[in-house]
Amino acid sequence: MFRFPRWKVASIIAMSLLALLIIVPSFLSKTTFDPIRKSIPKWIPFEQVVLGLDLQGGAHILLEVDQNDVLRTLIGNTRDDVRRILREENVRSLTGGYGVQGRTIQFRVSEARDRDRILPKLRQLGAGSVNALGSINPPSIDVVVNEDGLIRMTVSDVGMTEKTRRAVEQAIEVIRKRVDALGTTEPNIQRQGVDRVLVQVPGLQDTNRLKEILGTTAKLEFRLVADPGYNPSDVDMLAQTDQPGTLPVEKQVMVQGEDLIDAQPGFDQRNSEPVVNFKFNIRGGQRFGEVTSANVGKPFAIVLDNKVISAPRILTAITGGSGQISGRFTVEQANNLAILLRAGALPAKMNIVEERTVGPGLGQDSIEAGKTAAYVAGILVFCYMLTTYGTFGMFANIALAVHIAMIFAGLILLQATLTLPGIAGIVLTIGMAVDSNVLIYERIREEFRGGRSLISALDAGFNRAFATIVDSQSTMMVAAVILYFLGSGPVRGFAVSLGLGILTTIVTAVTMTRMMIALWYRWRKPTALPI
Amino acid sequence: MLRFRLAPDNMKFGFMRLRRVSYPFSAILSILSVVLFLTAGLNFGIDFAGGTLFEVRSKQGQADLASLRGLGDKMSLGEVEVQAFGGGNDATLRIRLQPGGDAAQQVAVQRVREVIEKDYEIRRVEVVGPRVSGELVQSGTLGVVLSVLAVLTYLWFRYEWPLAVAAVIATMHDLLLTVGFFAITQLEFNITSIAAILTIVGLSLNETVVVLDRIREIMRKYKRISMAEIIDLSINAVLSRTIMTSTTTLLALLALVFFGGHVIRSFSLAMMWGVLVSMYSSIFICSPVLIYLNARGVMQEEAAAQADRAKA
Repeated sequence: MFRFPRWKVASIIAMSLLALLIIVPSFLSKTTFDPIRKSIPKWIPFEQVVLGLDLQGGAHILLEVDQNDVLRTLIGNTRDDVRRILREENVRSLTGGYGVQGRTIQFRVSEARDRDRILPKLRQLGAGSVNALGSINPPSIDVVVNEDGLIRMTVSDVGMTEKTRRAVEQAIEVIRKRVDALGTTEPNIQRQGVDRVLVQVPGLQDTNRLKEILGTTAKLEFRLVADPGYNPSDVDMLAQTDQPGTLPVEKQVMVQGEDLIDAQPGFDQRNSEPVVNFKFNIRGGQRFGEVTSANVGKPFAIVLDNKVISAPRILTAITGGSGQISGRFTVEQANNLAILLRAGALPAKMNIVEERTVGPGLGQDSIEAGKTAAYVAGILVFCYMLTTYGTFGMFANIALAVHIAMIFAGLILLQATLTLPGIAGIVLTIGMAVDSNVLIYERIREEFRGGRSLISALDAGFNRAFATIVDSQSTMMVAAVILYFLGSGPVRGFAVSLGLGILTTIVTAVTMTRMMIALWYRWRKPTALPI
Repeated sequence: MLRFRLAPDNMKFGFMRLRRVSYPFSAILSILSVVLFLTAGLNFGIDFAGGTLFEVRSKQGQADLASLRGLGDKMSLGEVEVQAFGGGNDATLRIRLQPGGDAAQQVAVQRVREVIEKDYEIRRVEVVGPRVSGELVQSGTLGVVLSVLAVLTYLWFRYEWPLAVAAVIATMHDLLLTVGFFAITQLEFNITSIAAILTIVGLSLNETVVVLDRIREIMRKYKRISMAEIIDLSINAVLSRTIMTSTTTLLALLALVFFGGHVIRSFSLAMMWGVLVSMYSSIFICSPVLIYLNARGVMQEEAAAQADRAKA
């Protein structure tokens, strides 16, 4: 066992040096690091440790699609589709109106002939799409007809999930645009489960603004304010943002936010109030021109998320395809609104279900605390090993240093996130990593006391302790793996550091220590055990 | 060179004699843990109970704890738990889950923020809604259950049944006493506490494996001496290692407790307890089980049966 081939020695030393090299960039400041990173090829692993949000500060926000809102849109769309079909097929035997109850919309078509005509089309509305496997998905809307002509259309679970999934996909696009507009670096936006979006924005100072921007649906509509003597069923009574009370606004939408191609914050030329200037696309511009020229003198309402921002009077027909939204905004509100309008509306309302924000001050404090704890732990363990085992303790300490370097190198190569619990995990491994050395050394001492020759005791110590080391490390590995799959964020960081620590222990505490002892034995040719 | 040793060489201490003390002692502690868990319960943090946590630092002077506490009544948010730490200008405010779902939490956060922003720097905000906290409870429980199952499977493959049973008893003992530790100290129980528990399960198993491996080895070597003697021999042999490793781990954890910051203090304290308990149980709880189970007889029978099968 103590014949250590040169190539083996060389490769162990090379590995340790490599680990040290990989962690060097992490000691550079951001200003020195960035230019170097840009000037060297991408494949060179010149990277810094990725710090978790709890260390660099930032916001972690989990958004969830509001299922009720999804259902409301789905039912609304279905009703519009049914109306269209009935119109197209000239159905006159619709008795009564449309009733909505939970996931079901129902209406009565008394003539059997009419029903026969429209039913295939109604079924087509919710027909299952063909999935990737080539079979047909179950329908998203179930259609049931009673004998007395009552048609019930119910949104199925499949329909809800499908719609939710699509809403999340669209929402991710919109959120990305919105967050990018805040000018933050490297936000992480990803789907979570079926109905959630995780937004992580590192190093953000103003988390409040982020939340405002994420929490707004931003559905913009231009609608006419109803004339006096309106029919209540054609009108929504909407709240106003700039004054108390409600305003009757026609249900029919003139132009929608999706017809906007640009929106910029600006100032009103007359009273220098903050406003948002916008441009329509061609369709929106035409439509806006038509409606405004037909309604000169009447007020129209600019409606954002079912609240009237302002209701200016149409002075002349607006045919240029651009306009201005005023609403007694502050500068920041105008800025936010412009961002929201540019990015477009969220497909459904989204609720914040989890929020974790850490200010940059606390993050920095945590890094300092973690560093101090790591140094103190390192020094304590170093001294303890040295006083207990002398030369062999020194070997263990060298192995420990390489071990820590390897954990960091592993974190950097995997681009895994270092969190505060992750640092705790590393500090913990400082204490536990020497376990393998201790197991080996104690075994060597025992074998030597038992009457073996030195070389044979060393050999037996390593061989007999090895099984126990693998055993005891694999029990910790089980804990780390379970934590990795169940935890999120900080806890996952702990699992990664712990897992990496366990893997590198085997390399450093067993192979490296063995090499050092072998070389020492060849060099000193000792007859007594120094421990 | 002067060497420092906590356990003397060639120690021959009769650990097994102590089982008449250690078993009742552990039984009392275990029962106490269960009782405390059921009566006092755990101090669930917002990860599991939901709610809002603010960490603030006063812009000038000490944090005014009374006025922060008063926010609860003034803004009808229910009880607001306030804790000062650091030099007294840092504090955490914890607001319970507000009725009315996720949107209600955000409204409350916004209101509190507006009030305290004038006098305090808001360093950390955590809001966990009712659904997410429910899911965290699920995944936390799942984690503990899975880790226990993993331990059982591992032991099933690794050891003859009396040894496996001994190891299971020791691990469960440590798990129970860790829960008891959280119940008696009322340390906040969060998702990081689950991390601590799982790590303690791993650590406890680690200690147990080291002892059991040695017992098995010695059992094969000496066929004539009693089980209690075998165990005493084994424990004395691994004792210096057990003490060494526990000391280095405790040193590292002490550094974390004193310098690692308040965010992970409860984690570090729980881990320290775990190290002590698993050291104790690997010596005093795990091994005596083998005597009660007549491990020696069982394993000799098994070996004989195996030999018979080999002959046939």
